[in-house]
This record gives sequence, C-alpha cells and structure tokens, in this order.
Amino acid sequence: MEIYFWAFVVGGLICVIGQLLMDVGKLTPAHTMSALVVAGAVLGGLGWYQPLSDFAGAGATVPITSFGNALVRGAMQEAQQTGVVGILTGIFEVTSAGISAAIIFGFLSSLVFRPRG
Amino acid sequence: MSDMLKKKLSPVQQEYQDFAKQREPQRPVLRNVIWAFFVGGTICLFGQLIQDFFLWNFDFTEKTAGNPAVAILILLSVLATAFGVYDHLAQHAGAGTAVPVTGFANSIASAALEHRSEGFVLGVGGNMFKLAGSVIVFGVVAAFVVALIKILLGGT
Repeated sequence: MEIYFWAFVVGGLICVIGQLLMDVGKLTPAHTMSALVVAGAVLGGLGWYQPLSDFAGAGATVPITSFGNALVRGAMQEAQQTGVVGILTGIFEVTSAGISAAIIFGFLSSLVFRPRG
Repeated sequence: MSDMLKKKLSPVQQEYQDFAKQREPQRPVLRNVIWAFFVGGTICLFGQLIQDFFLWNFDFTEKTAGNPAVAILILLSVLATAFGVYDHLAQHAGAGTAVPVTGFANSIASAALEHRSEGFVLGVGGNMFKLAGSVIVFGVVAAFVVALIKILLGGT
C-alpha cells in the first residue's frame, strides 16, 4: 500500500517542480516540459532515475521526466547489444507505447470529436 | 524579459516595460503549487492503480506493466480532452496536468482537434506535434548525448 502513498507524493512533487519553473522561473509550458525531459534523461544517464521509480512506482513513471529516462534506457539497452548504432535503433524502444498511443488516439479523436471551447 | 533584449530598447520603452511589470498581476504561486501537487499526485496515484491492475490480472511483470498503464492513461486523457474536461481542469492545475504523460497526450489531442478544420493531412497531421514536438526533440537529443557519453566513458 505504501507505493500508492509515494506515487502520489513523488508524482505531486515533480509537478510542483514544473509549476515552480513556470511561475517563479517564468518559463513557458513548452520550455518547462522540455527542461523536465532533459532532466529525466540526465538523471537516467546518471542511474538515479531507476531507484526513484523502484521507490515511487507510477509517481516516477507517469511524469514526463520518465520519457527522458526511458529514451536513455532504450538507447543503452540496444547499444549494449549492437554498439553505437544501437543508440539510434533503440532510442524509441521503451517509449514506443506512449508515443504510438498518443498519435493513434489523438488522430482517432480528431475523426470523431469536434473542438470545444 | 531578458537583459539582452532590454538593452535594445529606448529609454522610453524601458520605462514602459518597468511600468508594465508593476501592473502585471501577481501570480498566486502558493495556490498554483498546491493545485499542481494534488492534481499531479492524483494522476500518478491513478497510474499506479492501473499499473497494479495489469500486474495482478494479466501476464505482465513489474517492468512491462508500465506500458499498458501509460497507454490507458493516454486514452483517458485524449477522451477527457475531446470532451473538454481536461483543459477545464488544466486551468487550475497548471503543471499538475501538464507534467504527467496525460499532459503530453492532451497537447497532441488538442492540437489535432483544433486544426481539424484545415484538413486531415495539413491540419491534423501537420499540427499534431506542434506542442509535443519540442518535448520529443529535446528528449531525443538529450538522450542521444547522454547515451553517447555513457558509451564513450565505457560505463553501461
């Protein structure tokens, strides 16, 4: 049960960091998201993101920082097997589900729904 | 406004900038942070519930259960966007709705819906990644650099 608590707290705190970047750092949402993704990639490279997601579960895997981490993870997994080219072939391996789902569902919704104010 | 941009302005323009800054409404930082924390935390908690649902009921391991969970969150977020619920919530929650993966899906779905009137190829296809594109570009470039450095350093 503890995992639910930490998922909530860690996920909430990552969103707070994003909110502070927007309000105090005066970044646009696009800049904030990009900064968080880069931060996730760097943390993933340092090997610090995996312990966080072991600890906080979806609290670490649902925020956009995990996208950066997953890109690094896919690239490294593939690079260990096939060398440097593996970075290119493996980079989307782990994140494929998220990107494909967003494209497919987004496109389907534009077929069915009309924009709302 | 950055300092570099400020230097190019005439004194009168600078004066106006300062005046405008004074008049700018104060952002309710504390209120925004609390909203972001609770909404963001709730979305992650919900993600954990879906992940555990897949872990317990289907043949997934702890590592692979994240994928269907993220896909479900994205589906729900796209539906919430299409019904206009997500953007309504986002007005209060700010980063709480933008930072989770649901915000990524929301930016794709809302761009797709918004540009639908321009046609499916030029409108939907061309604009879908208008907002989400920067996340993917910077994520991929950063991941490439990080992975390259790790390999060059010999660490795996």
